[in-house]
Amino acid sequence: MQKAPLLLTPYFLPHTMNTKLIHAQNITKRFGETVAVNDLSLQVRAGEIYGLVGPDGAGKTTTMRLLCGALRPESGDIHVGGHSMLTAPDSAREQIGYLSQKFSLYEELTVLENIRFFAEVRGVPHNEWHQRAMEILAFVGLADFANRRAGQLSGGMKQKLGLASALVHRPRVLLLDEPTGGVDPVTRQDFWQLIIRLVSADGISVLVSTPYMDEAVRCTYVGFMKDGHLVVEDKPKALRERLAGRILEVRGIPLNLIRRAAEGLEGIESVQTFGDRLHLRVQAGTSRTVTKNLPLAALQAGAEFQSITDIHPGLEDVFIALLEE
Amino acid sequence: MFNSRLSSIIRKEFIQIWRDPRTLMLALLIPIMQLFLLGYAATNDVRNLPLAVFDQDRGPAARALLDAYRAADYFKIAFDVDSETDIQDLIEAGEARLGMIIPPNYSTLIQGNGKAEVIFIFDGSDPASASTALAAAQQIGWQFATKIQQQRLSQAGIPVSTDLPLEVRTQVWYNPDLVDAYFMVPAIIGMILFAITSILTATTIVRERERGTMEQLIVTPIRPWELVVGKMLPYVILAMTNTVEVLVIGSWWFHVPIRGSLTLILLLSGLFLITSLSIGLLASTIANTQQEAMLTVWMLLLPTLFLSGFFFPLEAMPLVLRWVSYVLPLRYYLVIIRSLMLKGASVLALKNEIIALTIFGIVLMTTAAVRFRKRLD
Repeated sequence: MQKAPLLLTPYFLPHTMNTKLIHAQNITKRFGETVAVNDLSLQVRAGEIYGLVGPDGAGKTTTMRLLCGALRPESGDIHVGGHSMLTAPDSAREQIGYLSQKFSLYEELTVLENIRFFAEVRGVPHNEWHQRAMEILAFVGLADFANRRAGQLSGGMKQKLGLASALVHRPRVLLLDEPTGGVDPVTRQDFWQLIIRLVSADGISVLVSTPYMDEAVRCTYVGFMKDGHLVVEDKPKALRERLAGRILEVRGIPLNLIRRAAEGLEGIESVQTFGDRLHLRVQAGTSRTVTKNLPLAALQAGAEFQSITDIHPGLEDVFIALLEE
Repeated sequence: MFNSRLSSIIRKEFIQIWRDPRTLMLALLIPIMQLFLLGYAATNDVRNLPLAVFDQDRGPAARALLDAYRAADYFKIAFDVDSETDIQDLIEAGEARLGMIIPPNYSTLIQGNGKAEVIFIFDGSDPASASTALAAAQQIGWQFATKIQQQRLSQAGIPVSTDLPLEVRTQVWYNPDLVDAYFMVPAIIGMILFAITSILTATTIVRERERGTMEQLIVTPIRPWELVVGKMLPYVILAMTNTVEVLVIGSWWFHVPIRGSLTLILLLSGLFLITSLSIGLLASTIANTQQEAMLTVWMLLLPTLFLSGFFFPLEAMPLVLRWVSYVLPLRYYLVIIRSLMLKGASVLALKNEIIALTIFGIVLMTTAAVRFRKRLD
């Protein structure tokens, strides 16, 4: 079933699906001695959301900035919407809506004036910007605030205005660098609903970096970055299945004694505290032995053991496992 | 050249200036404040310096001498004291700026064809007014001595013409009354063009970086030159408004003449602006915060003002500092603006300064543009 496009003209709808809108091949970027991005390749197709996760300093922001053309890679090639960022940066950038991590708008300008500015400098025709701006403001839910100064908006509204300004020239590619940092959960939810609607109805490509695993789960693909490398990429479900049968959830009191008992068992790779529970990651094929041995070990340590369950691994578990590799 | 991206940036910048009334008011009022402050306060005109007199003679000849000093408006006989220590005390307290000691036998010596010595003591802690007072005290003394000599000769029966054999006639051109404001007002235009444009240019660009909007701009099709021109043009207009403001108040309130062509003044001010804008742009590539940008420009501004002939004549500076002054664009502009306003100079007379400013403009603008581009990457 074909949905009506929300914001974009239908010329690249389903029949262009499956085209690689973002295509980075072996890009490397150094800052002096440090290699911020090392031989990274990734692709995002139309209608996909690609989530970039990884610890601070892994190179996520640098990757974003390379892809949007704010930085030039030392080697490798970047194509956005079929245009090379290196040889035809203007055509490539035309395809992109970019929301930087520390993004901000002109606080002295009103919501509408901000959008107008970004529309005009991106070449939205003179007679189109207003209608376009109103559509987008309605889409992000800011239509009633069109004449309010950006400086007087709440944090979440600013975020939506940022998204609106990034969308005003009908980009086919959205690059969002930690777009929901410091935003309350409800606004975060709203924001993601907007992204998902854009992707499913208009078939745009989104590359988003996020520290939140509940956001990463919503992505079509998740790429894990570490020390400038893209270590692993896969669908969230597939990533989680990599650890299937190796994550055990343990309850008991007190948790620190159980934790110490668990750490002494054979087959244990790592123990993480998740609130009032422990997640044990065990070597493949050892979950049965661990499940059998832990109650006794806990008892010997003087703790009250409650339960041990083989659970579906979360992305957090995958994240931690990758980090410890 | 005037495309829609450029006009969007200019409009955005104007809205931002307009909605920040504090900065706008400062930018418009500071020139007027400086004009009045420097037009009145920074004056070397010496008038009515308080004089303490220790007259030990109190005879008619001493009174005649004092009358001669009283007649010149350099001095005001403010204290009549009874000892040298009184003079010292008054000068130390700053109540008197100079002292005069007339010896006890003054009248006797003068009337008896003798030679009398009158002593003047100056407060040299302010050298500028002291040296003017010194010259005036000496001159009045000489004139008075000449008069006594003539009287003595004619009393001795030697006929003397009241005309001296040599007379020095002076003509002061361009500023016959030697009003300091004539010197300062054109200079203030130079200072404003330099300070306002360089500070505002530097901070407006750094602000984009500080707030994170620069990164958004980089990924738009905006060209670096469009960004620079678009952000600078509003401040050029502001600075030109200030120039006209100072010209109007300078000529209407301080009666500073504008003898040269107004078109030429504005045109060459524009040429000078290019150098100030480039300095602001350069500062913006060095600084990371608005404060840093402001400080960087201030660090340049102070030596520029002292070494460019703003306060002190270039000729009075030591040779090494005069060499330094050759790298300051303001130095050339001050010559230009003063010559244009006070002397009505022609382009030809100013060709060296115009060439120098053009070279500085090209070199600074190119360096700034290259650095600015680099900083974006």
